[in-house]
Amino acid sequence: MSGHCRNRRGPLLLVYAALVFVFIYLPVIVLILYSFNRDGVGGFPPRHLTLAWYRQLFADAPLWDAVANSLKVAAGSVTLSLTLGLLAALALDRASFPGKALFRRLVLLPLILPGIITGLSLLMFFVFVGAQLSLFTVFLGHGTALISVATTELFAGLQKMDRAQEEASLDLGATPWQTFWRVTVPNLKLSLIAAGLLIFTLSMDEIAVTFFLTGRDNTLPLEIWGRLRRGITPEINAVSALILAVSVALIVIWYRVRTRGLGADARELLERP
Amino acid sequence: MSSVAANSLDPASAVLLEVRGVAKRFGTREVLRNISLTIAEGEFLTLLGESGSGKTTLLRLVAGFEEPTAGEIWMSGVRLDLLPPYQRRVNTVFQNYALFPHLSVRENVAYGLRVKKTAATEIDGRVDEALRMVKMQEFAASRPSKLSGGQQQRVALARALVNRPLLLLLDEPLSALDANLRKQMQSELKALQREMGITFLFVTHDQEEAMALSDRIALVRDGALEQVATAREIYAHPATAYTARFIGQTNLLRGEILDGMARCGAIEWPSDDPGGAAIFSLRPEAIRLASDAVALPGTARFRAALQQQFFSGASELLEVNCSGQLLRVRISARGPLSGEHEFVFSTADAVRVQE
Repeated sequence: MSGHCRNRRGPLLLVYAALVFVFIYLPVIVLILYSFNRDGVGGFPPRHLTLAWYRQLFADAPLWDAVANSLKVAAGSVTLSLTLGLLAALALDRASFPGKALFRRLVLLPLILPGIITGLSLLMFFVFVGAQLSLFTVFLGHGTALISVATTELFAGLQKMDRAQEEASLDLGATPWQTFWRVTVPNLKLSLIAAGLLIFTLSMDEIAVTFFLTGRDNTLPLEIWGRLRRGITPEINAVSALILAVSVALIVIWYRVRTRGLGADARELLERP
Repeated sequence: MSSVAANSLDPASAVLLEVRGVAKRFGTREVLRNISLTIAEGEFLTLLGESGSGKTTLLRLVAGFEEPTAGEIWMSGVRLDLLPPYQRRVNTVFQNYALFPHLSVRENVAYGLRVKKTAATEIDGRVDEALRMVKMQEFAASRPSKLSGGQQQRVALARALVNRPLLLLLDEPLSALDANLRKQMQSELKALQREMGITFLFVTHDQEEAMALSDRIALVRDGALEQVATAREIYAHPATAYTARFIGQTNLLRGEILDGMARCGAIEWPSDDPGGAAIFSLRPEAIRLASDAVALPGTARFRAALQQQFFSGASELLEVNCSGQLLRVRISARGPLSGEHEFVFSTADAVRVQE
């Protein structure tokens, strides 16, 4: 009976699922396709394939400046948010203090706060303290907003960790400081890598907060946004395709590190101090 | 063998660790109450108790992972309980070994020496020696996750002993091993302790293990010390009914002493103990089948009907009914029995115990 129903419902469900995937991914595929189209964004189907747009892209100095800016901000954000996130995760995991529940919610709040709220409030803050808007303020914005991501990841890592290892370290004569660097951090290595990759990706893609906080220097997403207003060229398609490739690669690595789905050898490599 | 045990019990031998009136409370829960205990240098002392009795908490107080609520702990003239764990010359073998998964066997063993900034050449020599001692040289480069439970156990031992602690703490180190391996590790542990002369404070809930290994046993019950004595002493002269039941099998005879006679049900014998209600512990092997008709002085006799007979090779255990009182009797194997028999025991073996 149920088998019969499933047989009848099966194809419909399949079509429905396929349509959803087409809706999500077709525009992305088209975008990538047109980055190889000699005739620009008009005209379907593309008749002449070319790498000209990629060549133009690689010669485009302002665009590479934007890429460099984005990398600087992302690298800084990873460092800042991992450092502060690790401290917050340690406090949540080990310390007991009044207002701990409130502290946890406040730390995790930026996860669900719309970027426009975070951006606007940070902007008002920087204006209030009289700070000059620049890449530095963007870095501060990303770095602090992403603490929540770092805290979540690292807290999960700390929860999985066997506390007896830290006791063993103290027992063997290591000070708490030595224990932190020699036992706690190596145990968190996978969580640190996973959180770092995720934060890096999020920072590279970020628009809302960046829009409010940037000065004269553009990050890559803002540079693309700016050019779109002057009209779309396949060069933008090309850069988008590259961003997509790098992002997907990072997310895949993040996911595999997180689920420890790496092969034994690769895992050994990662765990080696 | 017995000379080793006797030496470490010699009152003249130096006291290594002294626990003075230690109490530990977690919130409102009293885990340890007024514990006082000394351990002699070179002694193998076992904290024996049921799970939740507080024995592991006492170990953790000595290691420094917990602070006592009251009392003091002294080791070789140093107030131990005021020092952080990393300044105590005490090392621990953890129940689940707690090896560092990101380090090789060799790096695990070297850890204690490395954090204390020992010279590299000395580290190499001492790590080699420690690995040889526990027969793990060939696994030096392996990760702990590649080792069996018994091998991890050895590494944990080497990692602790390489630091030459004054006192080694062992928290149920053998409980995760299967029965055969456990027996083997017991004898290796004992040999290692004799060879190195290091003082062992061992925690277990297994009374057989405690008796096999220890110079002395400290029986912990509900956060207090029930009895501290050698295994033989505690077996032969348990102070309480709890101890008698916990260590080995026993028959608890409840009755009273009146006019110089102890009476427990249908069994009676002369006793010059003070009168009143009394409990006696009588080990199953202290009771024999009576072979002659005459009662010898200093013995007591009773008739009992056989209910069950359990054959176990060299000996067999009888469950007999003496006018409604059930007793266990262990005799050397002698073939199937049935019906009523006359049993005899030396009255000196009926040990009066506290409730």
